[in-house]
Amino acid sequence: MIKQNKEIKFQSTDMGLPEVRNRNRNGMTAVILFALVAGMVGLSFAADPLYRIFCKVTGYAGTTRVAVAAPTSKIIDQMITVRFDANVNKSLPWRFKPVQNKIKVRLGEQALAFYEATNVSDQPIVGTAVFNVAPFKVGEYFNKIECFCFTEQLLKPGQTLQMPVTFFVDPSIVEDRNSLDVRTITLSYTFFASEDQSEVQKIQTSQAFAKEQASILSSREVVPKG
Amino acid sequence: MSDSAPAHDHHDHRPTGWRRWVYSTNHKDIGTMYLVLAMVAAIIGSGASMAIRAELHQPGIQFFTDHQFYNVLVTAHGFIMVFFVVMPALIGGFGNWFIPLMIGTPDMAFPRMNNISFWLTAAGLILLIFAGLVDGGAGTGWTMYPPLSSADYHPGMAVDFGILALHLAGAASILGAINFITTIVNMRAHGMTFHRMPLFIWAMLLTAVLLLLAIPVLAGALTMMLTDRNFGTAFFSPAGGGDPILWQHLFWFFGHPEVYIMIIPAFGIVSEIVSTFSKKPIFGYLGMAYAMSAIGVVGFVVWAHHMYTAGFNVETRAYFTLATMVIAVPTGVKIFSWLATMWGGSIKFDTPMLYAMGFIFLFVVGGVTGVTLSNAGADMAFHDTYFVVAHFHYVLSISAVFAMYAGFYYWLGKMSGKRYPEWLGRLQFWVTFIGVNLLFFPQHFAGMAGMPRRIPDYPDAFAGWNMISSWGAYVSALGGILFFFMLYKTLASKETVEGNQWGSGATTLEWTVASPAPFHTHEETPTVKPEQKH
Repeated sequence: MIKQNKEIKFQSTDMGLPEVRNRNRNGMTAVILFALVAGMVGLSFAADPLYRIFCKVTGYAGTTRVAVAAPTSKIIDQMITVRFDANVNKSLPWRFKPVQNKIKVRLGEQALAFYEATNVSDQPIVGTAVFNVAPFKVGEYFNKIECFCFTEQLLKPGQTLQMPVTFFVDPSIVEDRNSLDVRTITLSYTFFASEDQSEVQKIQTSQAFAKEQASILSSREVVPKG
Repeated sequence: MSDSAPAHDHHDHRPTGWRRWVYSTNHKDIGTMYLVLAMVAAIIGSGASMAIRAELHQPGIQFFTDHQFYNVLVTAHGFIMVFFVVMPALIGGFGNWFIPLMIGTPDMAFPRMNNISFWLTAAGLILLIFAGLVDGGAGTGWTMYPPLSSADYHPGMAVDFGILALHLAGAASILGAINFITTIVNMRAHGMTFHRMPLFIWAMLLTAVLLLLAIPVLAGALTMMLTDRNFGTAFFSPAGGGDPILWQHLFWFFGHPEVYIMIIPAFGIVSEIVSTFSKKPIFGYLGMAYAMSAIGVVGFVVWAHHMYTAGFNVETRAYFTLATMVIAVPTGVKIFSWLATMWGGSIKFDTPMLYAMGFIFLFVVGGVTGVTLSNAGADMAFHDTYFVVAHFHYVLSISAVFAMYAGFYYWLGKMSGKRYPEWLGRLQFWVTFIGVNLLFFPQHFAGMAGMPRRIPDYPDAFAGWNMISSWGAYVSALGGILFFFMLYKTLASKETVEGNQWGSGATTLEWTVASPAPFHTHEETPTVKPEQKH
């Protein structure tokens, strides 16, 4: 048995060729498969921006739209209630609340609402608000023209700031059979401490600079008088 | 081979001692190591599940006053069973052992890569055990949803260890999959066209493809979580503009194919066994092969049925409901083909066949509850209840475990050269079969009544079903102990088996070599004749 095997082995090395060909083919297959793996890893990272774009385009998960101005011609005489909700992440020492609890607007009509935030800590902090509307399905009809959530907000210690949001509800909401039942839309914000607190440092350095300047100035003023 | 002695048969060289195993490039030894690893992990993973069932035996807190520890047990049980029991046993173990034997090639395409795959898996298991032991443990559940898995709620190193464990296991699976695909595509016996491959080989090929497409997505998501936790990125943190739901999408884009990665090898094993013990070729061979392919393809476009409650619009839910239900069609093709294979066959009810038939029964039960759960409307109520737990344990855990037992009894003679005691095998089957059904069937009722998963306590109303379930767990554990007793009796026995122990029904190539399979097999590539097709 073993002897027979030896002979076969000898023959196969003697011919050699198919084995080499097979090895090259294996290497090629492996290269293609590794490329496939790399492609899938790439796609999974591409998912992050793609997901954001998808939500923005489709209004998914209550993602609201951004508009330059309300289309004045399209106002229709049907009222919808917009309620306002405010939340603060526990790691941000701010008070945050809507100035009005709800307002009634006509579909297509531009409306203005205010939120109020107070920094209750003794430090300046930059905050960012994330937002959506509920029910999620009306996200694509809720248009913001101006919003404090588009930019980061800096609050000095104890400072209270009233922040506006201008919006309108797209009248085509009445043409969507899925949102026929919607009479109330809740606009919700949650404030988080920004990961990027560089603005705070800028202020602190400029404040320190101003203090220094002031002390220099005052000392100068003192000297001639003295 | 050295040049001076071209005829020197280096294939006769057989490393001994620890070198044989640690440096192994032999597909059979690596397969054995995977099976041993799976057994070790199974003891740890089932230990965790026994602790969970003991806690849930009665209402109130029995043992785990530290509820985080309960979470850690649930998490460890899930991770270990999925990544270190089912995958190593079905894919690494049986795949390595029997792909080369069944396609007629001496070894895998990349034997050294095969060695790396195994040891990465072993290192992954060790890291995962660290994850359970350091800094209060990782109590995130195997789905690791943020924000629970974020640095805010799991500030220690435990989750990081878990992430790295999965990275290693994932890398091992990817390397293994590349090896399997290359071997199956390039190194089959003469005359074994794709349409003449045994169904087990089809199953392993499809599993490997699914691994290649799914695991990199998990790796990407895990990397994002790792950098979110440690390096200040915000992929999943709303504070930095991220979205925790993105994790759920990425995880389930991997996670749903992952459940097919665990069950398609089981389909392959069961197909071989049903055919062998019915002494008939498999009914509808091509239908079976392409049903598996269809399940694999559709499996990539149904992921959101795991997250119906995340707030999709009604059209999205309708699509995912439909796509999910469609999977029942190819699955039904498989079930009916197995039944048709048995129909009119000369059936021998040996232990592997009992387990294969048990698999079919359990998979049908789990499949039916799967169709129930695929309804987005119904799932709103069932989400995160014990109904879901019962469902996925029927399809994944016990179906996959039954396929593992079936394959083990089927191939034990080929791997060890010894005959297992048939009476002990059958006893072990019945104890396990009764145990797992007692264990999981009542969980349907508890779940229907609203019992939530992953919570160590429950209202008194659920006490009855939970007690039955816990007793079922103890009976299943007895089945596990009997399995190890059977293994000991077999390996210690002197009764040997011939090359083809199952007779005329066993037509695949592994039965043409001696038992136990010699260290080197198929050194001369066999030829498969058209009428020999499976």
